[in-house]
Amino acid sequence: MATTTHETPAVRASRRLSLGLLLLGLLAPLVPLVIWAVAGEWRYPDLLPASYSTRPVQFLMSPQSRVVEGLTNSAIIAVSVAMIASAIGAAAGRALGLYGFRGKRLVQFLLLSPVIVPPVAATLGIHVAFIRLGLANSLTGVTLVHLIPTIPYVTLVMSSVYANYDRAYEDQARVLGASGWLAFRRVTLPQIFPGLAVAGLFAFIISWSEYLLTLVIGGGRVQTLPLLLFAFLRGNDNAIGAVLSLAFIAPALLLLLVTSKYLSGSSTTAGFGKL
Amino acid sequence: MSTSPSLAEDQSVREPESRTPARARRWNGALREPVRIALLLSPALLVVVVLYGGGVALAFSQSLGYLPFIGQREVSLGAYQRLIGDQAFQASLWLTLRLAITSTVVSAVLAIAGGMLIRGTRRGQRLSTFLFQFNLPMPHLVGAAAMLLLLSQSGLVSRLAFSLGIVDSASAFPALNNDRLGVAIMAEYIWKEVPFIGVVVLAALRGEVQPYEEAAQVLGATAWQRFRYVILPLLMPGVLSTCIIVFAFTFGSFEVPYLLGQPFPAVLPVLAYRQYTDVDLASRAEAMAISFVVALLVSVMVLVYLRLSSKQRRER
Repeated sequence: MATTTHETPAVRASRRLSLGLLLLGLLAPLVPLVIWAVAGEWRYPDLLPASYSTRPVQFLMSPQSRVVEGLTNSAIIAVSVAMIASAIGAAAGRALGLYGFRGKRLVQFLLLSPVIVPPVAATLGIHVAFIRLGLANSLTGVTLVHLIPTIPYVTLVMSSVYANYDRAYEDQARVLGASGWLAFRRVTLPQIFPGLAVAGLFAFIISWSEYLLTLVIGGGRVQTLPLLLFAFLRGNDNAIGAVLSLAFIAPALLLLLVTSKYLSGSSTTAGFGKL
Repeated sequence: MSTSPSLAEDQSVREPESRTPARARRWNGALREPVRIALLLSPALLVVVVLYGGGVALAFSQSLGYLPFIGQREVSLGAYQRLIGDQAFQASLWLTLRLAITSTVVSAVLAIAGGMLIRGTRRGQRLSTFLFQFNLPMPHLVGAAAMLLLLSQSGLVSRLAFSLGIVDSASAFPALNNDRLGVAIMAEYIWKEVPFIGVVVLAALRGEVQPYEEAAQVLGATAWQRFRYVILPLLMPGVLSTCIIVFAFTFGSFEVPYLLGQPFPAVLPVLAYRQYTDVDLASRAEAMAISFVVALLVSVMVLVYLRLSSKQRRER
């Protein structure tokens, strides 16, 4: 590469050292999480636990703890949100990616505003309406508000998918007599599927990580993984907090694998900003 | 906005740049294109405009003291006036601004440095890119958990300091969470946002920058000159617009400072939530006013930035 032509060994070494330090700074914070997750007794000032234990991991599985309930709620909400947001966002993405129309910039701007403008005002503001409608403190209500931060991301990803999409195949299928649904299922869907999968995973993880919306709209009745994690961290139960964190990370790691496999480029990774 | 379907309908819509043959278009022609576009967009617009826009509108009306559910229907700017004179609010505002600006600037500098360093390595470039961007999909709350276990008085850094003989007890270690400076909060933001800005930096370094840099090198520019006068100006537009996103996020972020920050002064979103959950229903209006100010400040900033950047583009 261009910059490395006249480098002395000393310069190269210091370059490697700085890069190593930077990467260490980014990854080292995850180390105590992993150790705490298997720690039995780990008193101050020991650098490593005096004993190791499966108690934290067992706690995750035990039906008595609220963890199972939280995991189930999180999964139900995030899966529903991912499916609904994918459908709605893919439709909007198709309109934005395939067509030019007046007011397009305004629509794009509107659809992106929830992910740029801080959510606290909308969250607190809409709570009253949700109480009135009987949607507060319910899984349905929480699922519904999770659509706010997820739909913009799905739309963003899908409009870039549709921008590189060739409609000719779809039209051919229609010319040959396929119904609209058949053409969608057999021709359109296979073409957009990789992008749709990534967008759906995005939506899943945004919903899975959501804290404030669940806290306010769920009113403490809808316990999800992030709410539990927060409670254990506040209660200084580091081991349980660490194990919950690792469970919390799992879908994100999956996303990292899938995105690196299916897609590359900054348009999709841009979505990570919110996470 | 219930008008969303008509938004596209009543305005003349340009024919798409479609490569569709005329015969096929007849099959698609069952629905006219404006109707089609409107139908495709309306569910998304419905959610964003009704749920999000409606939420912000309700926050604003409640901030004016319009709280019919507690029998309050008079509208006034009282909550905003109280905020302006309130020392606690001012302290929160400055804290929020300071945390957001510092984290954004430090993240951007480290992201540029990281991008340059990775580009300069010949061996292990793929691996270092992967590690550099490993934190991208991590939830912020996990980052906060990590910072707690790392930086608190009984955290790993404190333990390291003890074993090196720097401190003799956990309480002698300076508190880095719940502290005045908000070290742990900033550390979490930076931990998460360096990879995020890094994506943009790496993409630009691999793409548009390369031919210009090679030209500069052929013309005899030193490494520093190439960085200062060629690479940096080419990186800046992308980095700046990403910085706006990062600033907007850190300014409005809730759970990280809620877990890692001190009770007073708290950042604006946390202050708004505290007021909202206050048993005294009268502090509702103030909670809404604070949250609305947060939304308004960020919106104005983003709009100003968009305005400036499009103006600059036109001038070029």
